[in-house]
Amino acid sequence: MMASLIVHQPGLYTTVQDAGRYGHQRFGVPLAGALDLESFWLANALVGNPWNDAALEVRMLGPVLEVCADAVRLALTGTKCPLKIARAGREERVPAYQGITVERGAMVTVPPLTDSANAYLAVSGGLAVPPILGSASTLTRAGFGGIDGRALASGDVLHLHDDCEPDGPDLQLRDDVLALNGRIRVVLGPQLDYFSSASIDTFLQTDWEISNDADRMGIRLVGPQLEHTRGFNIASDGIATGSIQVPGSGQPIILLADRQTTGGYPKIATVISTDLPLLGRARPGERLRFESVSADRAIELRRERWARLRHNVARATPVLAERAINMDALQGENLVSGVWSSGDD
Amino acid sequence: MTTEPKFLPLGDTALTVEFAETIDRATNARVIGLDAGLRDAAIDGVIESVPTFRSLTIHFNPITLDHATLTARVTVLLAHPFDAISMERTWRIPVCYDGDYAPDLSDVAEQSGLDPLAVVERHAQQPYFVYMIGFLPGLPYLGDLPKELDLPRRKNPRVRVPPGSVAIAAGLSTIYPYESPGGWHLIGRTPVSLFSHLQAPPSLLAPGDTVHFEPVDRAEFARLESLEFDQLKSLCLEPEGTA
Repeated sequence: MMASLIVHQPGLYTTVQDAGRYGHQRFGVPLAGALDLESFWLANALVGNPWNDAALEVRMLGPVLEVCADAVRLALTGTKCPLKIARAGREERVPAYQGITVERGAMVTVPPLTDSANAYLAVSGGLAVPPILGSASTLTRAGFGGIDGRALASGDVLHLHDDCEPDGPDLQLRDDVLALNGRIRVVLGPQLDYFSSASIDTFLQTDWEISNDADRMGIRLVGPQLEHTRGFNIASDGIATGSIQVPGSGQPIILLADRQTTGGYPKIATVISTDLPLLGRARPGERLRFESVSADRAIELRRERWARLRHNVARATPVLAERAINMDALQGENLVSGVWSSGDD
Repeated sequence: MTTEPKFLPLGDTALTVEFAETIDRATNARVIGLDAGLRDAAIDGVIESVPTFRSLTIHFNPITLDHATLTARVTVLLAHPFDAISMERTWRIPVCYDGDYAPDLSDVAEQSGLDPLAVVERHAQQPYFVYMIGFLPGLPYLGDLPKELDLPRRKNPRVRVPPGSVAIAAGLSTIYPYESPGGWHLIGRTPVSLFSHLQAPPSLLAPGDTVHFEPVDRAEFARLESLEFDQLKSLCLEPEGTA
């Protein structure tokens, strides 16, 4: 029998995502992919997958899944809420950032997220989803990718790869969730000349509130009205994930993974890639303040963060380590080789 | 004389090379030229590039590339314009300008001081240039519209524009590949699919292509609508050298 997870409850908006669909923006195809790429990578690392394997992105309310495989390893990241596993008449709570091997018949519940908007559930071997334009990511607006281009529904069967049986002990990572501390770093521009210097000051000195109008496409912020000096229409140009456009309302919109590829509103700034995962976790009602950094500094920060992530993954420890008398010998490179099999790509 | 382009960072993952702030063919030709040169150069760390009316946005991996290095490479490319073998294609896109397929035709006629038939004639009489693809998968920005048809966007944008709608606004024409909100004037409908995620490349049109609109009646529209993406594509694409 083919290994799978059966969806008993789909959750609020659970989608299959990978790192995104690259190479087709010139044809108007949005990237999609995990909103919090860092947590997505860590979830894959914990179950022994290459970093880009398809996993579930769970929004606010998680799914209930039944394991239909001899053994699979799961890991939840992007939240501190524990995974609930019911098996053999017992229910246990498994901390986030920890792998857990489960057997056929186990019921897995991702709890309602109380500390984050999005969490990631990875499965050893990855979800077996046919790639569309090179990616498994779900793009619901266009209706392709993932499971028929839509969020999960009750009764869906998520097929797993044949090689889903885990190797070695379950691993745990130091929980690396950065709480939204309210500071989001940006590189100003490219249409800075569409805003008065007073408006740029306001942009950088306001505690912006994340509105309820926040989804995979973008986050609308609420605060003082920013004023345009040269109107609010530009000849459409390219957008990056994290670009902050300001339409006629004067209220900024941060564009995220499902964003359009080009746009006709002036962009006051772009969130640096190091801080995009924070926006993936940010919930409506939270407040944030922007801090300007140079493009060069943004690149330094990205490289530092990437090195730190790799360092943390290399220091993953077996779950039983804390109970053992001397597990130091197991904590070297050898144990975790293969966890991060293509991290340099 | 051409102006020097501006190099504008979009955060730490992209660089926009901006040639102008306006929409014109000469500017767009520079964008398309640089895009071709950049792709040919296959610079390590460049993920993809997105040509628009007036600029080229280059997405890159900040772990291996940075703005200064990329700017230097692009500057060299600009100094030696890429001699691309022309890949431009010419398309004949059938459009039915009839009844409910053209809900804004009478409005456009009134605002432009023409009768509806004259609007259709003006729209279908000339070739259009594909400036860029964006907003929705496969959506082309086509120009330039005849002066008489240059109208601002609708005051009340529609929540739902049907797929295949042929529309005009702000000196340009477009075709909506998907149902979506939209503020342009709908003056016809095409049975041609502009995008298929199962095809490579997924978009029918590409920047630099030429498009002619060919009026068809409802019977012909229905016949064409029943064809597959591939069949329609080969019907619409003019053989090379006949344009």
